[in-house]
Amino acid sequence: MTQEMDLNQRFEAYIASDQKIEAKDWMPDAYRKTLIRQISQHAHSEIIGMQPEGNWITRAPSLKRKSILLAKVQDEAGHGLYLYSAAETLGISRDEMLNALHTGKSKYSSIFNYPTLAWADIGAIGWLVDGAAIMNQVPLCKCSYGPYARAMVRVCKEESFHQRQGFEIMLNLSNGKPEQKEMAQDALNRWWWPSLMMFGPNDASSKHSEQNMRWKIKRFSNDELRQRFVDMTVPQAELLGLTVPDPDLNWNEATGHYDFGPINWSEFEQVVAGNGPCNRERIETRVTAHENGAWVRDAAAAYAAKSAERAASQTSAA
Amino acid sequence: MADQEHEWILRLGDDALVLAQRLSEWCSHGPALEEDIALSNIALDLLGQARALLTLAGQREGLGRDEDALAYFRTDREFRNALLVELPNGDFGDTIVRQMLFDQFAVLRYEALASQTVDLELAAIAAKALKEVRYHAAHSAQWVVRLGDGTEESHRRVQESLNMLWPYTAELFEDDAVSKACNEAGVLPLNASFTARWTEQVRAILEEATLTCPESTALLTGGRSGRHTEHLSYMLAEMQVLQRTYPGAEW
Ligand SMILES: [Fe+2]
Ligand SMILES: [Fe+2]
Repeated sequence: MTQEMDLNQRFEAYIASDQKIEAKDWMPDAYRKTLIRQISQHAHSEIIGMQPEGNWITRAPSLKRKSILLAKVQDEAGHGLYLYSAAETLGISRDEMLNALHTGKSKYSSIFNYPTLAWADIGAIGWLVDGAAIMNQVPLCKCSYGPYARAMVRVCKEESFHQRQGFEIMLNLSNGKPEQKEMAQDALNRWWWPSLMMFGPNDASSKHSEQNMRWKIKRFSNDELRQRFVDMTVPQAELLGLTVPDPDLNWNEATGHYDFGPINWSEFEQVVAGNGPCNRERIETRVTAHENGAWVRDAAAAYAAKSAERAASQTSAA
Repeated sequence: MADQEHEWILRLGDDALVLAQRLSEWCSHGPALEEDIALSNIALDLLGQARALLTLAGQREGLGRDEDALAYFRTDREFRNALLVELPNGDFGDTIVRQMLFDQFAVLRYEALASQTVDLELAAIAAKALKEVRYHAAHSAQWVVRLGDGTEESHRRVQESLNMLWPYTAELFEDDAVSKACNEAGVLPLNASFTARWTEQVRAILEEATLTCPESTALLTGGRSGRHTEHLSYMLAEMQVLQRTYPGAEW
């Protein structure tokens, strides 16, 4: 038996007994690569997601809403930061990850390629998009990779506040003037299907599922999580007095779940391929911010180097 | 005095609100994720100060206007902020120099307000705000030093920012009937009384940053009486759009 096989077996046994893998532990290359891909995509989603929501900070309709939204978007930046740090423990730098995002090599959640056209979209994103994110992310708190699992515990705490504030915006609009309720319905119409797409392709066509399940990077299938999300959200829409834009939506006594209509996967593929309504703007905004900030980062680095030099020459003089 | 007092608190509240609005425009556009978070933090603190101050101003006015009525239903001519805080963000250097110049002033003003005992409600708001603006002042000063003493490019850029912004600083220290009435009531010393300490502190920061303190004595002013730059009306148009489009709606 080669040493590699031995390590592999021990690794698999370790995971099977629900132990956490830490940064310094041996791990198969494929496990490392999968995690880097997943965590960095997750981090990118957090920071690209700041854009559609940030779009309404300056126009928030009350100072209280402005302050809640600003805090929320700031949380997302914080999530990006924890997640980049978690990915860095796997031996990739933040610069490398950002570079992959800026050049289109690395993806982010497609949902953020849709525009926020109205204030109600901020409500819909919090309610649906953060809601779907929670469904996806709560199981990750038990992910086999320790640094990722711990980052997710912090992230999930804040996500539930995000979902609540989104729902509250929707509730306010739904109980408001007719124009406000219309605005809320329109936002639900536009965000419903993209939110269901957030869980990824149907299980039958999902590429990475089986091994990720065994490695405990994934604990539930895409379709399972999607179904849970629908089951949780439909009653909330009823509470709001809004109509879910799916003529096939129906409570199924026999299964104890909602049946829902087919997802337009060709739209999903189009958006993933870069042809969504805002793909170009999102990346352009990110790249521009990064480029405009280069002189600032350079200055900070130069100043830090000078300070270190001064400190060193002081110590050697003393 | 009641009128003057309400007017005075509006000035404080509008400084905080308008600067918060400007800083929140940085969201997603910062030079690094950490700085995006820091600028949002400062914006959030200022927004919190603005809400408390505008609420108090509305109460003192006695016409039933709350923070949102004051923020969303006044025209630019009715805003009382200093011109400095409404200027467009420019590059990161412009933003951080503006912040440093304002923070140094804000600390002095809140110190004075927090230690007076004539208006205890205002003193309580100021005491909380003081902790926040001290942190902001440390942050902006540190960045001015980093940029001034960083690279050749950053030094050149930030010196230009300073030269451009300097003429807006004198307005902070102007006095008029409102500030004089506040001084007589014992709520706040004259603005002019802050000049010496402000100048001393700003010069110390600039020296450490290897920057040259501008000689300009130009004085761009008007904000306290509602004569603003061309920029404020655009800012308010954006900020107020929903409230103005759906008057009477609750959000
Ligand atoms: Fe998040
Ligand atoms: Fe979130």
